[in-house]
Amino acid sequence: MSEFMQFLLSGLTVGAVYALVALGFTIIYNASDVANFAQGEFVMLGGMITAAAYTAGAPLPLAAGLAIVVTAAIGVLLNKLAIEPARGAPVVSLIIITIGASIFVRGLVQLIFDKQLHRFPAFSGDDPIRLLGATILPQSLWVIAGALVVFVGLWLFFTRTLTGRAVLATANNRIAAVLVGINTKYVMTLSFALSAAIGALAGVLVTPITLTSYDIGMTMALKGFAAAMLGGMGNPKGALVGGIVLGVLEAMTAGYISSQYKDAAAFVVILGVLFFMPQGLFGRKSMERV
Amino acid sequence: MTQNASKKNVCKLAVAAVLTCMAATAQAEILIGSSVSSTGFASFLGEPEEQTLKILVDDINAKGGVGVKGEKLRLISYDDASDANKARTFATRLVEDDEVVAIIGGSTTGATMAIMPVVEEAGIPFISLAGAIEITQPVRKHTFKTPHTDRMACAKIFEDMKARDLHSVGILSGSDSFGSSMRKQCLDIVDEYEITVAGDEIFGPTDADMTPQLTNLKNKDGIQAIMVLGLGSGPAIVTRNYSQLAIDLPLYQSHGVASDAFIELAGAKEAEGIRLPGTPLLVAELLAADDPQRPAVQAYKERYESKTGKPVSTFGGYAHDALYLIVDAIERAGSSDPAAIRDALEATKGLVGTTGIYNMTPEDHLGLDLTAFRMLEIRDGKWKIIE
Repeated sequence: MSEFMQFLLSGLTVGAVYALVALGFTIIYNASDVANFAQGEFVMLGGMITAAAYTAGAPLPLAAGLAIVVTAAIGVLLNKLAIEPARGAPVVSLIIITIGASIFVRGLVQLIFDKQLHRFPAFSGDDPIRLLGATILPQSLWVIAGALVVFVGLWLFFTRTLTGRAVLATANNRIAAVLVGINTKYVMTLSFALSAAIGALAGVLVTPITLTSYDIGMTMALKGFAAAMLGGMGNPKGALVGGIVLGVLEAMTAGYISSQYKDAAAFVVILGVLFFMPQGLFGRKSMERV
Repeated sequence: MTQNASKKNVCKLAVAAVLTCMAATAQAEILIGSSVSSTGFASFLGEPEEQTLKILVDDINAKGGVGVKGEKLRLISYDDASDANKARTFATRLVEDDEVVAIIGGSTTGATMAIMPVVEEAGIPFISLAGAIEITQPVRKHTFKTPHTDRMACAKIFEDMKARDLHSVGILSGSDSFGSSMRKQCLDIVDEYEITVAGDEIFGPTDADMTPQLTNLKNKDGIQAIMVLGLGSGPAIVTRNYSQLAIDLPLYQSHGVASDAFIELAGAKEAEGIRLPGTPLLVAELLAADDPQRPAVQAYKERYESKTGKPVSTFGGYAHDALYLIVDAIERAGSSDPAAIRDALEATKGLVGTTGIYNMTPEDHLGLDLTAFRMLEIRDGKWKIIE
């Protein structure tokens, strides 16, 4: 029993990390149908900037706030300088642009900061919390709480606010959105700023557990993307559930079958789910009107 | 056709004349070539290696050059950008165009394997800076290397376990090339130390939590110690998980994490009591006053750190040792002819480097033994040498 609990808590920790990254994908995807592969770089920036500011002497909350604001600004710049000029290009081209942007950001961070691993202290210490014979670090609870808060926030944003609905409308049909008076340019800028801020928040929360360095973005983005696809791209509930399911699946495979097949097992399940439910667990059925 | 051919001949003559002129003016220079990965994914290896070579060549020249004639060294340095194909191209260029007498390089095993056929064909002595045991086993006539092998690190750990009466080990290794290669080396020799492998688990290089693997290892019957083989963030996360699960078995890490940064990342409290094999360079200040490597290690550390402003690394030390092996060979051979350097390299005896003390033989082109490693323990966030 204590073993099962330990595997479960490990899965929840890792799953919450994936979920936080996956949640970042949803806004930009909802606004533009683009899977933003620079999302992992936002996570990396959040961690790296916080670590740099903290090392320079800033108190942790200030360093974290600074990292989130700076990363949001970088998100806006990414939209203004790379995505907006390519407006009207097919979605695939835009996705390739985000991959290019992610390589650019990685190179820049490598030059401005360094190539070393970084970490800053956990928010509430490192003393493990005991739960039914298993242990979990307080920072893991922060990550899980962070994922839940972002999820609720996004859910309210998309269902209860006019701006959120404007974002959805923009994705659905940009011309129609313009015709009903939605400022689609503003919606895009806003969605990049929010996505980047969520990414940076993820970076701030997970770095005490996972550590950070200039090159973690791509693997973060891939796991988060897999989680988002599993849950259903664009749906905050899907991102949350997809992340947790992926994390728990990996931990259970590592615990009960073999740590060698951990990643393989997770991807087999994802492939299986997508085979029967191409929209993911909670994805909308897309309808094309002819 | 004939016209073309004769034109070519004229060109050849002209080139030959220019080359002779160059050779005449550069007579007092010994050309040493290097091809390391100063940029790209392996730049953490190649950057300190290249800087070390540049600093030391300048220093040797400033002190009056090499040998009784005081010939100056000239370093021709290429950056293979962590690409083995480029390493091969540069090795060919070093041999054919630059006509160097010896080559240092191959920061990675891949680059080394690419350079090897070129130097073996041309008969130029080559000192690799990469770790794999395959570079010097089987022995190739012209290929040498300075870094100790993963197998030696395994042996050092197992020796220490045996001395502490630990006979059952759980292995937790990274799935990256370093972790999987070292795991294989350790499994190859573990029987020689009468140690049984109680568990064998894997973690991915970017995994965020290893408590499932550690829980499984902890619950194995009769397990007495756990060893972690990996690079980067993984070993630090394992260390934190180890303390989270309050496992009280002795924990061993590999030389892959032997740096001060590891203690910082894992946390001094969490890393307390970890043992790992490390190079003398890491603990330069702690070496005993009568340690034969102390002068070489401290001199290099001080020189590198004052010149670059960066902390010294084991990798730069490999380049340091390679250069001094060549200089020593040239001085003993009394000649800078590649064949003479190769023969002298193979006869190297008791050359004190930063990595260890080199004793080459025709059967051993690495020339280090287990004394090259110091068994280190982390106590109160500091390294301590265990005798």
